[in-house]
Amino acid sequence: MTLSTASIHALPHAESAAVEVRGISKNYKEVEALRSIDLDFPRGKLTTLLGPSGCGKTTLLKIIAGLIEPTSGEVRVNGKTVTGPGPERAFVFQDFALMPWATVMRNVAFGLELKGMGKAERQSIARHYIAEVGLTGFEDKYPHELSGGMRQRVGLARAFAVNAEVLLLDEPFSAVDEQNRRKFQEDLLRLVEKERKTFIFVTHSIEEAVYVSDRIVLLSRRPSRVSQIIEPKVDRTASPDAIRRDQGYLDTVEEIWQGLKHYVD
Amino acid sequence: MTLYGYRVPMMASLLVWCVIWELVGQSGLMFLVPPLSAVLVAGYSMVQTSTWQAAAMITLHSFAIGMGLAIVVGVSLGVLMGRFKAVDELFSIWVNIFVSAPLSALVPVLMILFGMGETTVIVTVFLFAVWIIVLDTRAGIQHVPKSLIEMGRSYGASTFALYGKIVLLAALPEILAGIRLGLVRGVKGVVIGQLLVAIIGYGELFELYSRSFDMENFWALTIILFAAAMLMSAAIEHIEKKVDYYAGVR
Ligand SMILES: Nc1ncnc2c1ncn2[C@@H]1O[C@H](COP(=O)(O)OP(=O)(O)OP(=O)(O)O)[C@@H](O)[C@H]1O
Ligand SMILES: [Mg+2]
Repeated sequence: MTLSTASIHALPHAESAAVEVRGISKNYKEVEALRSIDLDFPRGKLTTLLGPSGCGKTTLLKIIAGLIEPTSGEVRVNGKTVTGPGPERAFVFQDFALMPWATVMRNVAFGLELKGMGKAERQSIARHYIAEVGLTGFEDKYPHELSGGMRQRVGLARAFAVNAEVLLLDEPFSAVDEQNRRKFQEDLLRLVEKERKTFIFVTHSIEEAVYVSDRIVLLSRRPSRVSQIIEPKVDRTASPDAIRRDQGYLDTVEEIWQGLKHYVD
Repeated sequence: MTLYGYRVPMMASLLVWCVIWELVGQSGLMFLVPPLSAVLVAGYSMVQTSTWQAAAMITLHSFAIGMGLAIVVGVSLGVLMGRFKAVDELFSIWVNIFVSAPLSALVPVLMILFGMGETTVIVTVFLFAVWIIVLDTRAGIQHVPKSLIEMGRSYGASTFALYGKIVLLAALPEILAGIRLGLVRGVKGVVIGQLLVAIIGYGELFELYSRSFDMENFWALTIILFAAAMLMSAAIEHIEKKVDYYAGVR
């Protein structure tokens, strides 16, 4: 398969990788979810994991997060082998995982609270990120008073507040309606630009992947392997609407669709 | 049932039954049923006697200790069963037997084990109340969303913080429901314990009034007991409603 608008890299430059995945396999009893995955996630970039449903995207992300033990292989973050969750990684959950009994403020500051940071300090940090995700004025609301999109903004602010280098996002927008989703993607791009962190992003949506990603890792069907790595050539300085009409954007979407199509039947 | 947002019908039906009671009592048809007004008058003077106050104190004391133990043990065991499969398999058969077993039948055995005093009453309260607390807590813990626990772990929560700040709070609605049901059962337990075994406190008074056919005082005693049980249960229900409100998005 040739790609006119996207280039394929077999093994990217390891020296700048924030996260290295080495020979990761995962079996759930008889189910072989992942088979010896090797991947590098470059620092300061947004890399997306894209693949058919049930191929093991969440599993891989949670292994990187240290929430799931791999059957074999190892993950290194900044060269250090992962043995569990750590402060240099923060997770954004598909179902938001907000504490319903806590206000927006407490939810956003929760990672800092767990670190033992004093109330005034953590609240001022939380307030900053609440503003960053556009929720100023909602500090004292409870999650059930917010829409799905707003709840995920809380989840995002919580992840930013702990100032982790690596952000892991598992289909963060899948429970958000289409209009909010687009707005959200634009905000995410702005935050990626501003925060200069390493993002690992899981999504079902090809358009979303091409819109937000520096790199897209295509995973094959179970047992999952890396089938392709694509770097969309999209001019992100353009306006959101211009990007969505950009020929590079549209072509990359089409290429990925052609690559994934045979999994659907 | 609510009407225009008020719980009118329930209060109204209660009033109707009070009137019926008064009429039946006034008619003198049933000697076991004195008029409600006479019962209330008797109750009013009864609560001022030192006998009643002493009995109430003893009863409250046994109840509080038995309930306290039941809550501590019930919630702890329920959490362990909800979190660890091995613990669950070990205990669930007993919990399920005891939660529906006719525990009154066990009280004579308890008497042999714990003597004729307050200890037996406390153990009775405990045994009546604890099982439903275990079961409800266990259900609550099992329903804590997996992602909330993963959230805690990924943001570096210690085991202590994970339980104190996430798991127990997420399971709070079910735990409170268990405690409310446990309270009602505990009231049963304290009376049955006192009646069957020790003949102390409230049980002694019940025994005294029913044997001497002092029906006014007997019913007054009963009403106070029921009112106390209902009040406690309503108080917990009130907290439950508040908690449910915040937990509404689970
Ligand atoms: N705890 C588990 N026990 C057994 N099998 C599991 C478990 N978690 C996931 N699996 C299986 O492993 C495979 C990969 O699951 P995973 O959730 O990682 O996929 P995914 O790519 O995130 O899917 P989706 O796109 O639907 O979110 C699936 O077939 C799933 O059924
Ligand atoms: Mg998934």
